[in-house]
Amino acid sequence: MTVVDRQGASRSLEVPLGISLNLMELLKAEGFPVEGLCGGMAMCATCHIEVLEGLEKLGAQTEAELNMLDTLPKVYPASRLACQIPLSPALEGVVVRLAETE
Amino acid sequence: MRSAEDGFGGPQSITTDVCIIGAGPVGLFAVFECGLLKLKCHLVDVLPRPGGQLSEIYPKKPIFDIPGYPSILAQELVDNLMVQIAPFKPGFTLGERVEQLKKQPDGRFKIITQKGTEIQAGAVAIAAGLGCFEPRKPDIPDIQIFEGKGLEYMVSDPEKFRDGDVVIAGGGDSALDWAIQLSAVAHSLTLVHRSATFRAAAHSVETARQLESQGRMRIIVNAQLHKLLGNGHLEAVEIRHNDGRIETLQANVCLPLFGLSPKLGPIAHWGFDIQNNQIPVDTEKFQTSVPGIFAIGDINTYPGKLKLILCGFHEAALMAQAAFKYIKPQEHLSFKYTTVTGIQGL
Ligand SMILES: Cc1cc2nc3c(=O)[nH]c(=O)nc-3n(C[C@H](O)[C@H](O)[C@H](O)COP(=O)(O)OP(=O)(O)OC[C@H]3O[C@@H](n4cnc5c(N)ncnc54)[C@H](O)[C@@H]3O)c2cc1C
Repeated sequence: MTVVDRQGASRSLEVPLGISLNLMELLKAEGFPVEGLCGGMAMCATCHIEVLEGLEKLGAQTEAELNMLDTLPKVYPASRLACQIPLSPALEGVVVRLAETE
Repeated sequence: MRSAEDGFGGPQSITTDVCIIGAGPVGLFAVFECGLLKLKCHLVDVLPRPGGQLSEIYPKKPIFDIPGYPSILAQELVDNLMVQIAPFKPGFTLGERVEQLKKQPDGRFKIITQKGTEIQAGAVAIAAGLGCFEPRKPDIPDIQIFEGKGLEYMVSDPEKFRDGDVVIAGGGDSALDWAIQLSAVAHSLTLVHRSATFRAAAHSVETARQLESQGRMRIIVNAQLHKLLGNGHLEAVEIRHNDGRIETLQANVCLPLFGLSPKLGPIAHWGFDIQNNQIPVDTEKFQTSVPGIFAIGDINTYPGKLKLILCGFHEAALMAQAAFKYIKPQEHLSFKYTTVTGIQGL
């Protein structure tokens, strides 16, 4: 998959499989400036991303994620919280962009 | 008339033994540990109520790793801490951000908030967690120009908006709750929300819709704040409907209520070492690189650090011992169990 950081630079990532991690955790581990301070409960929105390619592959959003996104000042039609996206083979070819921090 | 100049309602001056910056769980428990050593504490927090992350982010979540509590709601833990520290009569300055922290030539400290409150303390415990909770701000041009001039991000006193033309933006619980409350005092109230539906608590949505049908509130969905207009003070708000239409609303108050998120804030400029937004400390005293300034809870870092409430409580206990020795180097400190001494309030 590919990640575009807040400076606009893109980097491709190997998605590790077989461990139960989510995309927020992967982004953190890869050194991206994603805080993930609520630990992955869709409660802080510090892992807000815009999915540039492959949104349809990522599965449905939970109530909690929709609620959190709805309270943010700025979202995109393809906004997601990375912590609600489990790592899976579906991420192959997906492109995401880190949303700006308010 | 009473004004800040003659000392009424103006900046306050407070003297204490230990000034605790941040009233999250760890700052609160530090009051208890200091109190056992007869050190008086004063807490400062930018939020209008104590509790830090627990009250602000997850009040209704159960926590399972507080020793002795198989399960406790975050807000319940905060309420219990408030009861536990009450005998030590801590002072509180809430709703004010600490801007400056200065060491005085005599080794004491001066803490100054953005509203000008001054606190003189023998030692300082920084329990600032992930930093100051700051409002999430909408992305509109020149927004800073109107801050404090009609644009507010928090409601401290609803009376301030009496007879105002108020526009609230946001669709979460706090946007709805304030819209409902302020509709009772405002001259006009408009709630602007980006989506078509509200995901906030169902009973708030229902109340808001009722107020709308009674003409006490206008609700505009599928629209966002676009521009603020005014000369020196807010006079109108432009909103942009999702279909592209621009509408101008007369308004002297605009409240974008999109929740809060923590930012390190002024701590970065207080003269001690900071690494990755955290303050390195030793694990004997939890002292920063400046003697007499301690850092406990989520804000600090040391080898093996875990950001847990449990660890912050431990740090608070050891910090209190070290703060005592810093403030009263001549006095002997004897270690006593609470079962032996009970709780002797201050
Ligand atoms: C969703 C979620 C779930 C969690 N679950 C658990 C769990 O199950 N178990 C567990 O042990 N931990 C859990 N945590 C972590 C736990 O909440 C933190 O470890 C704890 O809140 C740290 O407490 P603190 O007092 O150090 O800081 P905080 O709670 O962050 O409080 C710091 C306070 O300082 C204030 N402040 C900062 N700077 C300034 C300034 N310059 N001026 C004035 N005020 C300032 C802030 O406004 C804030 O109120 C969880 C955290 C989250 C977000």
